[in-house]
Amino acid sequence: LAGASSALPGASTVEKVTAYEHASTYNNFYEFGTDKSDPVARAKSLKTSPWTVSVEGLVNKPRTYGLEELLKLAPMEERIYRLRCVEGWSMVVPWVGYSLGALIRAAQPLGSAKYVEFVTQADRDTMPGLRSSVLLWPYVEGLRLDEAMHPLTLLAFGMYGEVLPNQNGAPVRLVVPWKYGFKSGKSLVKIRFTDKEPRTAWNIAAPQEYGFFSNVNPDVAHPRWSQATERRIGEEGGLLAKRRKTLMFNGYEPQVGQLYAGMDLRKFF
Amino acid sequence: MNRWLLHRTAKPLLFVLWSLPVVWLFWAAWNDQLGANPAEALIRSLGDWTLRALVLVLLVTPLRVMAGWPALARLRRMLGLFVFFYASLHLLAYAWFDMGFEWREVLADLAKRPFILVGFLCWVLLLLMAGTSFNRAIRALGAARWRLLHRSVYAVACLAVLHFFWMRSGKNDFAEVGVYAVLLALLLGWRVWERWWPKGHLGR
Repeated sequence: LAGASSALPGASTVEKVTAYEHASTYNNFYEFGTDKSDPVARAKSLKTSPWTVSVEGLVNKPRTYGLEELLKLAPMEERIYRLRCVEGWSMVVPWVGYSLGALIRAAQPLGSAKYVEFVTQADRDTMPGLRSSVLLWPYVEGLRLDEAMHPLTLLAFGMYGEVLPNQNGAPVRLVVPWKYGFKSGKSLVKIRFTDKEPRTAWNIAAPQEYGFFSNVNPDVAHPRWSQATERRIGEEGGLLAKRRKTLMFNGYEPQVGQLYAGMDLRKFF
Repeated sequence: MNRWLLHRTAKPLLFVLWSLPVVWLFWAAWNDQLGANPAEALIRSLGDWTLRALVLVLLVTPLRVMAGWPALARLRRMLGLFVFFYASLHLLAYAWFDMGFEWREVLADLAKRPFILVGFLCWVLLLLMAGTSFNRAIRALGAARWRLLHRSVYAVACLAVLHFFWMRSGKNDFAEVGVYAVLLALLLGWRVWERWWPKGHLGR
């Protein structure tokens, strides 16, 4: 799956790209188990074809897209983003996809639409992790409409020039590079426009630990650990590599800072 | 079995067996075989081996009594020292790879995260036991006081499970924690049972 290099400011970091082997074997995808080696071992069972994504809720043009139509909705771009996990590690991943905004504009949200809810696949037959009650299934994530419309918010179909591997959220996923990784839902099946803040999976599981916004922020610690630093996967020096300082909005402050102007980010964590 | 346990190769064999995990981990770390996040893999694996050694050392007395293998007692000290050994490497790996030996960060982490504090407390108790594990220490402390001190292994067992439980609570994933909790509960429960309902034999 090829994509032209993105011209969008901030969309192509020049940092060293994480090895494909690491990006495709060290994953959090609880539908296949909570261990990071579970998704690569078990996600083969995920059936990605046929696949549909239903766009619904407060929009003028609700519609169910087949994956083929979705792939053709806008030109593919390659975006090289930093990915910061809330657990304190990070990667640099070259994604292939287009701005979610293209899909949103096609759907024509009503004036009353304030939020976008992302519902992901929850199929008990192909996702063994659903048997555990770690989280409420299906895994639901959400963004404010202006966040969802931001050009950096990516609807991704591939990575490293290839179609997404199942364990990375095939066939279509979200990538929101300035938020902790769990905000970027994998294997999307429904995109719903609402007037109320969506109830998201981790927020339901532990509201005091995972806020709706979950923007990467080195100054707001997780209740159980600091977020000031991160371990870059595959960093030169291996075991002895020093942890990096985590950047505000994961380094995307110039692009997205204005979305949160005037907001108390400690309160809206 | 008893004859085998008394054999002069029993102790060296146990030593070699319990050294294998650390040898393997060292080899794997050296050859970049620990996956995407080697620091995390190393810290967690050392914690796992500490728990396994702890289960084994607490199994000595029940096995001695129930299976009638009194010679097992010969091996208990070494097993206990292996618990301390793996716990120390676990702590060292955390302080080094997670905290970069920044002591202010470590102190802040101890204050911030209860599971770190509980783990550290385990290590302090293990240090006290390891530091008094030789025969002269028993004489110096007096048998009664020494025994009291070394009963803190029961506290270590409870705290170690709590440490693991809290660590995993972020993922709401308690399957593995449950295995250790059940094993250690059985081993401690057996001791309570023996103490309250002795059946004629000495539970010691």
